[in-house]
Amino acid sequence: MPSDAALSFSALNAFYGDSHILHDVSLEVAPGRILALLGRNGAGKTTCMNALAGLLTSRTGRILLNGRDISAFSPEAICRAGLALVPQGRRIFRSLSVEENLAVARCPRPPDGRVAWTDEDIYGLFPRLKERRRHPAGLMSGGEQQMLAIGRALVTAPRVLLMDEPTEGLAPQIVAEVGGIVGRLRAAGLSVILVEQHMAFALKLADEVVVISTGRVVDKAPASAFQADPARLEEHLGVH
Amino acid sequence: MFWINGFLNSFAFGAILFLLAVGFSLIFGLMRVANLAHGALFMLGGYIATSAVGLGFAGAVLVAGAACAVFGGILERTLIRRLAGRELAQVLGTLGLAFIIADQCLLVWSGDPIAQPAPEALRGAVGFGGIVFPAYRLALVALALVAFVGIWALVERTTLGARIRAAVDDREMARAMGIPVSRLFTTVFCLGAGLAGIGGALAAPIMSVYPGLDSEMLPLALLVVILGGIGSLTGALAGSLVIGLVYTFGQMLLPDLAYVILFLPMVVVLAVRPQGFFGRQAA
Ligand SMILES: Nc1ncnc2c1ncn2[C@@H]1O[C@H](COP(=O)(O)OP(=O)(O)OP(=O)(O)O)[C@@H](O)[C@H]1O
Ligand SMILES: [Mg+2]
Repeated sequence: MPSDAALSFSALNAFYGDSHILHDVSLEVAPGRILALLGRNGAGKTTCMNALAGLLTSRTGRILLNGRDISAFSPEAICRAGLALVPQGRRIFRSLSVEENLAVARCPRPPDGRVAWTDEDIYGLFPRLKERRRHPAGLMSGGEQQMLAIGRALVTAPRVLLMDEPTEGLAPQIVAEVGGIVGRLRAAGLSVILVEQHMAFALKLADEVVVISTGRVVDKAPASAFQADPARLEEHLGVH
Repeated sequence: MFWINGFLNSFAFGAILFLLAVGFSLIFGLMRVANLAHGALFMLGGYIATSAVGLGFAGAVLVAGAACAVFGGILERTLIRRLAGRELAQVLGTLGLAFIIADQCLLVWSGDPIAQPAPEALRGAVGFGGIVFPAYRLALVALALVAFVGIWALVERTTLGARIRAAVDDREMARAMGIPVSRLFTTVFCLGAGLAGIGGALAAPIMSVYPGLDSEMLPLALLVVILGGIGSLTGALAGSLVIGLVYTFGQMLLPDLAYVILFLPMVVVLAVRPQGFFGRQAA
């Protein structure tokens, strides 16, 4: 395993009670790269994200963040170490205002040269959030909540961002906006693991693609290989 | 004169109730723990203040509050967090704790009521337009209002308060955002226990401290919380005021029916507005 990966994990197994959901999943993402994690409904994508973020404690395997072993860390410590989650369904703090959502997650003095995103940086990415900064977050539209979920993850000063279906349920125009943001995050040096159902969206953004099916990695290649051969994705994702 | 005195006594008792009930309400609302040892912490605060009165009245109140806060924090870390999500275990565990605390108090402070003199400066009366008020009771009302504003500012206007609210909204996501939820909940528990201790210490000059004070006050705190709405700060204040009035006038006018009169408003509120005056509808 090369040590220059931003995030790498190997032999990740995860369980819900007795059901064994992830089977020896191994991946790595280099600094400033986007890895798309694709798979059908119920394939185990969210399980994988939550296991990495420490929310699912019933797991085995080794997780390295910038070469540092975070496998045994609590969710709080994983976040402070520079791995941030944009969860499926957004899960912003509904009764807090936009401003407060950012304030509670902020890491004020991030260590080892990580970038501290200020409120102004976030409002620069998402001008709409600035207009709504004193609004209760739970009353905003789905697109605005998604922007807030991304902003909230950024103020924790991450090196690696886990984005679980950030375009789910959004209008096409907002989807395009989110795509633009993901591109800018990569340009800012972040690594992203992007879980997606929108295949075209994911293939356009991603550098690498990993496909999982029933909790196992079944295919792995540069995004260009999948773009050149659409049938290759169909095999694992198409409806049979 | 009868009525004016009755109102002032009601407000003063309401102030004490507020200090007791607000912690119970916050702990219940934020952490989903019904801490039935809360009344025992109130009594413990009263006893500690009587023993610490050599430090001056204010010093004794602060010592009582700090001791109860630390004790509450230890209880939360060692026992109460193990009961998370198990309601019956919480009720039995915290009630058992209340008995143990009460028993230890009996051992240390004996079974006789202990009187606590009001601070020198507040022993007299204050006159307004020909009417005289006991200064200590007025001071209690002022202190409760200060506590209300302070707690409100802490919860609604600081990052610490916002983090607590975030953890209530989505505990798991709060942790994933780096918020030390477990430490926050201990802080809330310390705060509630400390306020109960301060309440007991401040109540001592008007009620004195005696065995059974805990089990007398706890139902009143529960009433306040049910009336006002669980977890609501404004509700705790309004509920304390109402129960203070009902309790005081009930005792003055119809001492035989004091308990009926107390629980009547609760029954009415539960029937008409189960979430309390200021409670949010259960999500
Ligand atoms: N809390 C849970 N308890 C038990 N089983 C669960 C739980 N959550 C998910 N599962 C199961 O784990 C498997 C993987 O679910 P997961 O949510 O990771 O899928 P996913 O790939 O994210 O799907 P989607 O595209 O619908 O979000 C599914 O079979 C699901 O039924
Ligand atoms: Mg999912």
